[in-house]
Amino acid sequence: MSEMRSELLVVKGVVKRFGGFTALDGVDLDLKVGERLGLIGPNGSGKSTLVNCICGTLFNDQGSVAFEGEEISRLAAHKRIRRGLARSFQLPKPFATMTVVENLCVPILYAANARPGVVRASPAQAVEQAMEILNKIGLGAKAREMSGGLTQVDMRKLELARAMASRPKLLISDEAMAGLSNSEVDEILELLFAMKEQGIAVIMIEHIMRAVMRFSERVAVLVAGKKIADGDPEEVMRNPEVERAYLGE
Amino acid sequence: METTYLILNAIVAGLLLGGLYAAMASGVSISFGMLDVTNIAHPAFIILGSYIAYIVNSNWGFDPIVTSFVVSPLFYLLGLLLYRVYYYAFERKGQQSLRSLAFFFGILFITEVVLILIFGVDYRLVSAAYTEKTIQIAQYAMTPDSTLHVDLPLRMVVPFVVSMVMIFALNWFLSHTFFGRAVLAVAQDQFALRLMGVDPVKIKERAFGLSLAIAGVAGALLIVVQPVQPSIGRDFIGLVFAVCVLGGMGSIKGAVVGAMILGLAESFTSTFAGPSWAPAVSFGLLLLAVAFKPSGLFGR
Amino acid sequence: MQKMSNKVFIPVVYGVALAFGLLSMLAPNDYFYSAAYTVLLFVILSSAWNILGGYTGYVNFGTAAFFAMGAYTTVAIFKFAPGTPLIVMIIAGMLVAGLTGLGMGALTLRLRGVFFSIATLALSVVMFTFVVNWDYVGGARGAYVIAPRVAPLGFGRYIYFLYAVMIFLSATAMIVARIIETSTIGRGLEAIRDDELAAECCGVPTLRLKLLSTTISGALMGMAGTTYPYFVSYVEPASTFNLSYAVNSIAMPLIGGMTTWVGPLIGAVLLGTVQQVVQVTISSAWNLLIVGVLLVLFVTLAPEGIMGLWYDFRKKQRAKKGAAQ
Repeated sequence: MSEMRSELLVVKGVVKRFGGFTALDGVDLDLKVGERLGLIGPNGSGKSTLVNCICGTLFNDQGSVAFEGEEISRLAAHKRIRRGLARSFQLPKPFATMTVVENLCVPILYAANARPGVVRASPAQAVEQAMEILNKIGLGAKAREMSGGLTQVDMRKLELARAMASRPKLLISDEAMAGLSNSEVDEILELLFAMKEQGIAVIMIEHIMRAVMRFSERVAVLVAGKKIADGDPEEVMRNPEVERAYLGE
Repeated sequence: METTYLILNAIVAGLLLGGLYAAMASGVSISFGMLDVTNIAHPAFIILGSYIAYIVNSNWGFDPIVTSFVVSPLFYLLGLLLYRVYYYAFERKGQQSLRSLAFFFGILFITEVVLILIFGVDYRLVSAAYTEKTIQIAQYAMTPDSTLHVDLPLRMVVPFVVSMVMIFALNWFLSHTFFGRAVLAVAQDQFALRLMGVDPVKIKERAFGLSLAIAGVAGALLIVVQPVQPSIGRDFIGLVFAVCVLGGMGSIKGAVVGAMILGLAESFTSTFAGPSWAPAVSFGLLLLAVAFKPSGLFGR
Repeated sequence: MQKMSNKVFIPVVYGVALAFGLLSMLAPNDYFYSAAYTVLLFVILSSAWNILGGYTGYVNFGTAAFFAMGAYTTVAIFKFAPGTPLIVMIIAGMLVAGLTGLGMGALTLRLRGVFFSIATLALSVVMFTFVVNWDYVGGARGAYVIAPRVAPLGFGRYIYFLYAVMIFLSATAMIVARIIETSTIGRGLEAIRDDELAAECCGVPTLRLKLLSTTISGALMGMAGTTYPYFVSYVEPASTFNLSYAVNSIAMPLIGGMTTWVGPLIGAVLLGTVQQVVQVTISSAWNLLIVGVLLVLFVTLAPEGIMGLWYDFRKKQRAKKGAAQ
């Protein structure tokens, strides 16, 4: 089944250095349309740096990042999300002086509207679309609240909702569950599963293995800036190198 | 031969000026470079230091530089107070940039206007044994009645020496004491500091106090070098930040090099394009530094 | 609460401006016109500052430089061709100041905001140095700019004409601010102010929007300066580059409230009027001290300004009503 899906994201030989420190040392990663990938690795292994290089908040020093067959590694971040490459932030970054619904209007007006072939939403339509997403995600009742005053779990939901509002083809969820309770983790997990119905591919970066194993069709492991395993979740977790480098800690 | 001496004089004057600038900017290297507190009012405190040196000198004839070291604890206390206000009003709330910049701008402005209300807009000077003397070295007789020489005016040499000694001591203090290393760590790893049982806010508060104490001394050095008037403070904002950025932000040694570059650039501009162009030099260098090499000449 | 659409807002503002202008004809003496001119000048400067400062979150300390660029554009054109109509000078001044804003932004806005702010502070010093050394516009001595004896459009005395122009320009500045504020661009600027990285990752072209807002803001400041030479008729660098322009244009929006176009207006009218009174009754140094102290007090104690206090008050009133019912 998965062989029939076409490649969405192809990362090849990506290197990123900070001064003398090599954060990413020739990382390859690929993802098919609608695929669910778990990306794991110990703290400081380069997961967030990889996300930043894919999304354009950092530029890689070597290697290539292709999205839907086109090289994007020199594009600014705002141009990448316009193509359908959205992310959520590990530490929520709401637009704190805006209401929740206004937060979602930003990517609708600036990302979804800027995509070629998309019918541009007027500001009023943007609010409607935003409300739709908020209702789906369970934030509908808080739409008019200031986003700066939300609880942690709502903040995480807002991060995901805002990413969804850009109508992404790929969503990168950067530790959306860290610090949440068990039931809250399940709530977020449901949201991520719902992406599949819309055909959105998801890269989930997470430390909570329970969530990773339940969610992922495939798992990739990053250790010290190198990918050491990539494949079926069960098999990857049995890989002795993974056990040593990651779980052995 | 005359051009050679013109250049030699410009180099010497530039380096001496650079010594003064190093003293003026090293406080900013601490507050802006290490603590990430954009204290644009720093030059206003330098001018305040100049006026205190002036009052004591003109009323009781005390040496301005000695005076400045005596009153530097007052500047330190002022720094503690100012940082407290800054911390509670802005840093703690995470609203560091816009409103805190406006805050320091207001402080700069208030200090300047208060000084104008008390002292007026006249230029003030100090007098000490060394302010009038000039040593001439490397004399060269062109004709029997005209000699070329390199000027070493003591009103520049004394501040230069004091500044270099002070900065050497400061650098030693920051790299060899627990407090100094904590200041360096505050910028990078507050978490580690907390683990060590050190309160980063206390460290920042004291370091900020230190930066103002240095501003007070720099003020005395400034008024020895040149006459001072309340509103010249803002002309130095570009200068102190240019030095700090050129030197790579949080580096005292870098600030000294940056100050020397700026001193030389201004001295050459004054010599070859006229002194009225000198104020534009620091801005030009600041803009170049910010635009092309924001991590400084020796960027981290 | 339904917001007024800009199609209604624009005629309303110009209508109010016209009514205000007609009412001013009842003014007892010429002093009124010169005081009101100064207040209107501050309305423009603070509205302009707020487009970058309030909406986008970047502090410009160089208001005096942008203002002076407008003024000196007029001086230069006047020296070249004294009969040039004022409108040409206004447009030229806006272009010069706007392009300077664009250039400053292009050099510094890729970095953290403080670098932009420091650069604008230094900009005033360098522009001042430049003008002092530029003999064509009078250098340090200054230059006379004599207004035509007969004002255009049948205004009679030139001060009446200048005053009317200033009312029109203030209304225009407010309208520009309001249009930006209510548009998609305004939403994007707001996103930049709240969190620039998140804005970029939501598709907002942050650099381009920041450049747009420095350009517009700079152009409006320059616009305010273009009429100034005719108002004072003698222009010299020290007063044209006066730091009080920078302080006022920051203090007024901060005191009024920075999130909407109303704040700068309230701040400018309030603070501008107080200063006019203090200047006459006490001294100009004291009035600057008052501005500085108010700026520091508001920014530490009431960071959302008068508008913020008003919203808080309304919220409490509503809560009380709710509790009573």
